[in-house]
Amino acid sequence: MQQSLQNKAANESSNLKLKANSTTASKSKDGWYVALFLGPSLLLLGIFVFYPMLKTFYLSMFLTNNVGKATTFVGFSNYLSLLKNPAYLSSLGATLIYVLAVSALTVIIGLLLAVAANQQLKGIKIFRTLFSSTMGVSVSVAAIFWLFVFNPSVGVLSQLSTALHLPVINWLTDPTFAMIAIIISTVWMNLGFTFLILFGALQAVPTSLYEAADIAGVSKTTQLFKITIPMISPTMFFVLIVTLIEAFKSFGLIDMMTAGGPNNATNLLVYRIYQDAFLNGNFAQASTESIILTVIIAIFTLIQFKLLGKRVNY
Amino acid sequence: MQMTNDRVAPVSAGSRRLKKVGKYLLLIILMFIVVSPFLLGFWTSFLPTAAISKGALWGKLSFDNYVAAVTTTPILRYLFNSLVISLFTMIAQLLFCSMSAYAFVFLRFKYRKFLFYVFLATMMLPFEAEVIPNFMTVRDMGLLDHFAVMIVPFMTTAFGTFMLRQSFMQMPKELKEASDIEGLNHWQFYYKVTLPYAKISMVTLGAYSFLSSWNQYLWPMLTTFSDNFRPVQDGLRQLQSQETFNNWGMIQASAAIVVLPTLIVLFIGQHYFKA
Repeated sequence: MQQSLQNKAANESSNLKLKANSTTASKSKDGWYVALFLGPSLLLLGIFVFYPMLKTFYLSMFLTNNVGKATTFVGFSNYLSLLKNPAYLSSLGATLIYVLAVSALTVIIGLLLAVAANQQLKGIKIFRTLFSSTMGVSVSVAAIFWLFVFNPSVGVLSQLSTALHLPVINWLTDPTFAMIAIIISTVWMNLGFTFLILFGALQAVPTSLYEAADIAGVSKTTQLFKITIPMISPTMFFVLIVTLIEAFKSFGLIDMMTAGGPNNATNLLVYRIYQDAFLNGNFAQASTESIILTVIIAIFTLIQFKLLGKRVNY
Repeated sequence: MQMTNDRVAPVSAGSRRLKKVGKYLLLIILMFIVVSPFLLGFWTSFLPTAAISKGALWGKLSFDNYVAAVTTTPILRYLFNSLVISLFTMIAQLLFCSMSAYAFVFLRFKYRKFLFYVFLATMMLPFEAEVIPNFMTVRDMGLLDHFAVMIVPFMTTAFGTFMLRQSFMQMPKELKEASDIEGLNHWQFYYKVTLPYAKISMVTLGAYSFLSSWNQYLWPMLTTFSDNFRPVQDGLRQLQSQETFNNWGMIQASAAIVVLPTLIVLFIGQHYFKA
């Protein structure tokens, strides 16, 4: 102990002298360590993130053959023809509707669950656990559950309609209702995670605020809009952006529930990329669509970084 | 809180009880909305398919569908495949993310800041938009339809690096100074001091990476073609779209087999972390 203290003192005094050349010395000494510690990650990101992004951009500037080899340079004309392609534009529109509906409903219902679970009641822990349960559900399991709910012959919804003498809705074969079905399923899948994050934020709101409001005779509803929502709005906005980004990347539920149909009504951006590249062999168009998707997601990620930047130091 | 409320506006015990009933009613309705797809799935997994296809939601309950799923489909093999893939992905991410995070916190080198922003920038690039070149890369590497194709591209992430970096930066400076005096080199300091110190962040990243690997859907669908390597998400997709299409009882039983382990882990984890 004493020895290490003496060592430290000696070290500090010599530090002063060494300071001038210590930076250069440590730089050369750290060289091997930099390669050891950073090398693997840099190599992997280079091969599987940076190279493919550049390659995708490259392919988007060319015409490609059916195995994905670039043949003729066409500049930005792939982009121009894509933005004039009615099928693509309707896919873009459908994606926007889907993304907005999913993120708005996810945050609203998630908040409702979080507020309901943020009470002191007997057995409330059971409700909290069950509210978060959809976090443990993977996409294919969710798709199977909801395919059964929406099934036109054996599904619960159509049986309910028959029993009540209501018209039976063809959930997955009607363009509008297929979109609604996909939105419902996605929101349900998102609820567990959203609930947990918003509930955590609610618990951080000081109870003294509510106590003061109670004394002043403020109603619970007013408290929700004047205290709760303003206090957790940064978290709500964060959840909103995360949900938006994830919704833009939706693929699994669509693949299993509607396969982009009926009539391309649920053919969202990522599903379209998959179809164009791996089913139609149009790699140039799929690459162009990929770059457009990247730009959209990059914009929202930057907003997310800005939000994080307030809470985290870079 | 209840006390102050009472002092201002005294309410009768009766109306307070009514309020309580209302609160529980709301909670139960919300719970029903969240849980009903589960309940329906689990319930039908015990019913004979013949009853389900007639539209009946009752019948003789049995484990027949589970027995059929385990004996006539490769569902257990799919689960095993996913377990192997997710475990190795998790271990690799914990190793490589913590190493690169260490470099950004404790090593001094040229372009450190620039390289860190390069890492951050990868978080803006969606993997879904890069599947075309990545598919060609793994095909050229000869990795198609193998465990490696599901593991190698995901062995490191910028997100994990970023998360561990935040945690490493909170370590007291004295620890590094003391280990310098003790003569520990970077590698020793990394695994003797840094990793144990950031244990909680490592556990969190481990859980996160395991689950994201487990939930992969698009990539394994493109790159695995045989039951020997197909992970569970695509296995379910396969079962749902193939010969078993109308065998709802068995499909629900397979879904239940897949979802129960993650649900149990989630519930235990919550109990453990919040207790």
